[in-house]
Amino acid sequence: MSEASSAVRVRNLTRRFGDRVVLDGLNLDLAAGERVALLGRSGSGKTTLLRTLAGLDPAPSDAEIVLPRPVSVVFQEPRLLPWKQVWRNVALGLGGDDIRARAQTALREVGLERHLDAWPATLSGGEAQRVALARALVRQPALLLLDEPFAALDALTRIRMHGLVTELWRAHAPTTLIVTHDVDEAVLLADRCVVLAQGRLVADIRVDLPHPRRHAHPRFAELRQALLRILGVETELEHAA
Amino acid sequence: MAGIIAPRTLAAPSTILVAAWGLLVSGALAHHLLVSLARVSVGLAIGVSVGTVLAVTAGLSRAGEEVVDAPMQMLRTLPFLGLVPLFILWFGIGETPKIALVALGTTFPIYLNVFAGIRGVDRKLVEAAQVFGLNRAGLIRHVILPGALPSGLVGLRYSLGVGWLSLVVAEQINAEAGIGYLISDARDFLRTDVIVVGLLIYALLGLTADALVRALERQALRGRPSLMSER
Repeated sequence: MSEASSAVRVRNLTRRFGDRVVLDGLNLDLAAGERVALLGRSGSGKTTLLRTLAGLDPAPSDAEIVLPRPVSVVFQEPRLLPWKQVWRNVALGLGGDDIRARAQTALREVGLERHLDAWPATLSGGEAQRVALARALVRQPALLLLDEPFAALDALTRIRMHGLVTELWRAHAPTTLIVTHDVDEAVLLADRCVVLAQGRLVADIRVDLPHPRRHAHPRFAELRQALLRILGVETELEHAA
Repeated sequence: MAGIIAPRTLAAPSTILVAAWGLLVSGALAHHLLVSLARVSVGLAIGVSVGTVLAVTAGLSRAGEEVVDAPMQMLRTLPFLGLVPLFILWFGIGETPKIALVALGTTFPIYLNVFAGIRGVDRKLVEAAQVFGLNRAGLIRHVILPGALPSGLVGLRYSLGVGWLSLVVAEQINAEAGIGYLISDARDFLRTDVIVVGLLIYALLGLTADALVRALERQALRGRPSLMSER
């Protein structure tokens, strides 16, 4: 990827918590419209990086961070305000007269138009996470940050969410960074997988698979295996070999 | 019952009913009630506003907490009804000291509960709202205060109780109207029947106020999951 076309540019990002170095002079580039999966073991600094990009953690002054705006985030939990109806949650922070209509459009895209006036407490986990997705998309984000957005969902719901996200990407095409610890999810969704370890990116693997992607594809298994090896997980296949 | 207890100690129920009826038809009861209600309403409105503003100030920053919380905790332990003599010297004997006493008494329960409520607001919700572009005022309005509301309503119920209590005391000193005045005036004429009517009115007012807050609670907290809700 050429440097000029990068929508996200991070240089020399270092974050310490006490003596522990969480991010160590990290560099990262994302091209406009690119979907990048950020993998890493727990404690590798994935969430810290995402929080810094989201503006929730302070960016150190010696780091260079260039981001397209607006930025939207989908967290691992839906984080809906329980005292606001679904559409008001989606419209949170929006201005203008037509915010209900805009929320309605976004909810239609995630298949929840009929829950416009529902209270968050009445939604299932998957529905609530779809509302969170609608809340992120209604702002037409140039950069979408997803922090393990499907990790808390059951396997079947997760499969449906993967399909939904792929469709939404086709319609909106925001530059996306998705933090995940699920290698299958990364290979299924991303154009590129980067692996974070000891505060640096230790791998950058292009996912050269056509869409829609199938687990059965031999290249899928290869990529999956390569990533797992980088993450330090030996698969049974290798033991057998 | 008649003859067992001297009327000077406690009037017979029949006498109390007659007294109540008399006060009702003469319009005296309505007059005193309205005066008392006005004092409690104004005092409570001031107390709730001041308590909430102080709680937001202390709840949202360490600096605010240091400036506001320690003095509030100190004042809170003071039996505020003991301030009556001082209030009379400061504010005279008109409406001001009575309203001020109610306002002072109601500020603390609101402050304490809203403060605790604010500190209990889920940080994750605040972060999400920040990401979606809410500024400080928007955060307070859409996240912090609604998040502190359940606890604030508990404070409001306490405050109502304290409000009536303050009024009883305030109205028995230099008042010319109000339920408390009705009672202390009756005392001078040994009218235990009227005293009991006044006490019954206080009880009814307390119950009504509590029912109102409960109704407000149901309305304001709708949609929120709770232990007792169906889901």
